[in-house]
Amino acid sequence: MAQAQAQTTHAETQAHGGAHEDVGFPPFATETYGGQLLWLVITFGVLYTLMSKLVLPRLTGIIENRRVIIARDLDEAVAMKTRAEEAGSAYEKALAEAKGRAQALAQETRAKLAAESDAKRKALEADLNKRLAESEATISARKAEAMGHVRGIARDTASAIIERLTGKAPAPQAIESALDQINA
Amino acid sequence: MASPIEQFQIKPIIPAINFTNSSLFMIGAAAVIVGGFMLATRKRALVPGRGQSIAEILHDFVAGTLTDATGKEGMKFFPLVFSLFMFVFTANMLGMIPGFFTVTSHIIVTFALAILVIGTVVIYGLMKHGTHFFGLFVPSGVPAWLLPFIVVIEVISFLSRPVSLSLRLFANMLAGHIALKVFGGFVVALLGAGGALAILAPLPLIMAVALMALEFLVAALQAYVFTVLTCIYLNDALHPGH
Repeated sequence: MAQAQAQTTHAETQAHGGAHEDVGFPPFATETYGGQLLWLVITFGVLYTLMSKLVLPRLTGIIENRRVIIARDLDEAVAMKTRAEEAGSAYEKALAEAKGRAQALAQETRAKLAAESDAKRKALEADLNKRLAESEATISARKAEAMGHVRGIARDTASAIIERLTGKAPAPQAIESALDQINA
Repeated sequence: MASPIEQFQIKPIIPAINFTNSSLFMIGAAAVIVGGFMLATRKRALVPGRGQSIAEILHDFVAGTLTDATGKEGMKFFPLVFSLFMFVFTANMLGMIPGFFTVTSHIIVTFALAILVIGTVVIYGLMKHGTHFFGLFVPSGVPAWLLPFIVVIEVISFLSRPVSLSLRLFANMLAGHIALKVFGGFVVALLGAGGALAILAPLPLIMAVALMALEFLVAALQAYVFTVLTCIYLNDALHPGH
């Protein structure tokens, strides 16, 4: 088959190219196989050795090194995140405590102020009540006093009216008794 | 005008040690690979630069292909698979440079690489699993009367692996380079004819440019295909039970 293919290609070559040296079909030129194989074995052998001993260890070393560093950095990041979260929760706790303390303090202050104002109000009320009682006492005293005067006025007025009507002053006892009668 | 197959000619450089243009480009490919990787990784940077990124992407790409096909234990073959991929890839790519010889356009080279793969599979399979390795040819759950045929088919398919593996790469590189050369030759021929024909010369040139792009794709793709199949065959050596 190889022979036949070589022949056809040869024929085509003739048709295309025209007059030049007969080259045959190089890939089927068996006399070159030995040399090609020899150099392929040498070259590929050296290539394989250099790749497996020199190039690939270096390349995988770089990649592995990066993998290790990235893994370590990720671990560190996780640890830092945990620490940050811890700090966050500690802060929250401190904040809650401070809030609680502030609330207690406010409560206390409010209670104290309320008690103070209560006491003041009570004192004021007591004072006012006292003054009210005093005023009432004064008023009733004045009223009694005024009422006492009313009797005197009535007596004087009555004696003046009678004196004018009759021409002579009535007996003070008669007016007194008349007044007692009215009052009774 | 040169023949389209003249580019595959083996030309002696130092006849005494059989050193030819093929040998030169093999060594060139190996030197480009090793030199390139050493240069790219010289800084051993934690945050890779451009070169180191390419080296690492190639590493992860081949390692991913290998572990996908064979699992974690396949990584013991990583230096072999990586060397194969890089060698085929670099040889194909070097061949794309005009005037350069394409090492992988010779059946003997691709066949030798395929034999290296299959040889590794057979030797490692026998060492690791002994006669159990031949279980590869005996699928389970097949009726007894069908078994002889299946075994024959399995053996033939196993034996044809190095052939298909090497022919695929060889034929792709060969055909692509011939097509490029033919279209390039049309440009020269039309220009040489002069007159109205010379005006048509850009047409095959456009075709040649398009083919060039396609050939870059094929060069990369065939290196990848070679590597994937290598990985699949290695999986048989690691896990022979069907």
